[in-house]
Amino acid sequence: MSAPVIEARALRKTYKVRGRGKEAPRTVEAVKGVDITIDEGEIVGFLGPNGAGKTTTLRMLTTLLNPSGGTATVNGHDLAKDPVSVRRSIGYVAQMGTTDPSAVAGEELVDQARLYGIDRKVAADRGKALLSGLDLDGIWERKCGTLSGGQRRRLDIAMGLIHEPRIVFLDEPSTGLDPQSRANLWDHIRRVRDDFHTTVFITTHYMDEADALSDRLLVIDHGEIVGKGTAEELKRSVGGDQVLLTSTSADAARALARAATAILGDLPAEVDGDEVRLTVPDGASALPKLLRELGASHDVEGVAVRRPTLDDVFLTMTGRSLRDEEN
Amino acid sequence: MTIARDTWIIFTRAMRLSLRQPVWVVFGLLQPILYLALFGPLLETIADTRAFGEDVDAWQIFVPGLLVQLGLFGASFVGFGLISEWRSGVIERMRVTPASRASLLLGRVMRDVVVLLVQGTILVLVALLFGLRAPWWALVAGVGTVALLGGCFASLSYAVALTLKSEDSFAPLLNGVALPLLLLSGILLPMSLAPRWLQLLSDANPLKHVVEGVRAMFRGELTDPVALWGVAITVALVLFGIAIGTRVFRRQSA
Repeated sequence: MSAPVIEARALRKTYKVRGRGKEAPRTVEAVKGVDITIDEGEIVGFLGPNGAGKTTTLRMLTTLLNPSGGTATVNGHDLAKDPVSVRRSIGYVAQMGTTDPSAVAGEELVDQARLYGIDRKVAADRGKALLSGLDLDGIWERKCGTLSGGQRRRLDIAMGLIHEPRIVFLDEPSTGLDPQSRANLWDHIRRVRDDFHTTVFITTHYMDEADALSDRLLVIDHGEIVGKGTAEELKRSVGGDQVLLTSTSADAARALARAATAILGDLPAEVDGDEVRLTVPDGASALPKLLRELGASHDVEGVAVRRPTLDDVFLTMTGRSLRDEEN
Repeated sequence: MTIARDTWIIFTRAMRLSLRQPVWVVFGLLQPILYLALFGPLLETIADTRAFGEDVDAWQIFVPGLLVQLGLFGASFVGFGLISEWRSGVIERMRVTPASRASLLLGRVMRDVVVLLVQGTILVLVALLFGLRAPWWALVAGVGTVALLGGCFASLSYAVALTLKSEDSFAPLLNGVALPLLLLSGILLPMSLAPRWLQLLSDANPLKHVVEGVRAMFRGELTDPVALWGVAITVALVLFGIAIGTRVFRRQSA
């Protein structure tokens, strides 16, 4: 087992907010001492609502912000003592983009590589190969401002990969893209990991993105890590699947609920009108058993198994829905 | 020297982007000519008032003033470009590379200084056609001094722009600073016409001494204390500007 590529301990960031009017100056704790361990070759999703501390954490790990406390090593280099070596090890694709609209794509790539000390010729070869891998053949001579949103985003990723970093940080990479471009972007991000074994640290407030892309998730809220694990683990931690049984009447539903708890053991059963809602650890295996033993003794008009979504996870962990936060 | 190499990369990139804007190139070259053609003729009348001193050539007074004005205004506006670069994420992207923070500033300032050298040279050459008489080395020294001065204003402009990150607050601030600097510099009218309190204010304006220094050069008095003082102030201003600018580029969350 190799050493983790990112290891943060009690990483903290506080801001002083100047008071306006009658308000006294105060300190805001944007990140309240987070521990993060990421192994090589992982795609880790960093999930949280806007303002949860995602970007602040990311900006600390990419040397753009000095932590107020705690320590971190990135690719074995200490963030505080050797930021230049950290910078050499990482690529960072900021939310706001990376390229000047009036600049030519190929030139931006070459100049970016040269800032890492890479020879112009090597940079051009590498840049063309990268673009081709990202389905961006033929944009080398084009101005960045003329590219579509999805193309520009993939170019941003190419900019972040041109120096072949061990770790790439992607901040909200799919914001503002249409569904097709997003799915396409996800494919490319997976390929970056598969082909180059690059560790990918990706922040998002989209549940589907975190679910589709990440090997592992960190959930952050109010500056604290409130959950970590694979999407499956996190979903299981919220109490399992829901089995929904539809009966013929409210009375029948109550009888059905009693019968079902007798079969499956003592578990939460809610009756709502003619519907029974059972929470079980594993819906897929509970359902056949339930239906077999209920037999013909109860009228069941419909069944459904609802797997928890990351939205449910988020709701359980933070007491509010991610979607609420967006609005 | 990694800082020299990084500065060169930033400089060539900035220069390439500037040259690719045809409007920018044309107006950049046209600007000094406009100054000469539309303002110069007024000067010959003013020189007759003898306010600039006895027995002086109007163009020797006027062209140094124009050069300094070019340095002030040409360089002060560069911050606007930086705000749009910041907005498109370019600055942040470069700050995550191992490039030295100072080079991110110096490369851009170098572009601005080169632009001023070209504009200043055009201004002086056209002024020769209009009737300026001055030794060639005075012209070289004058243009060089003004380009250096521009380096100071460009650095400060970048520093302020990167701090404010908003055109809406940058523009009024720029006007609020550049206008009094111009009015108190004796570029447009000789400060000898001013009341005492205004003259005192003007003496506190470093630009005034730079203008007088370049005027002394144009009179052929390159080693005159006034000329040397002007150069010394310019060098001090450049060092000050770069120090401030580097600080801002180095500062976190800039």
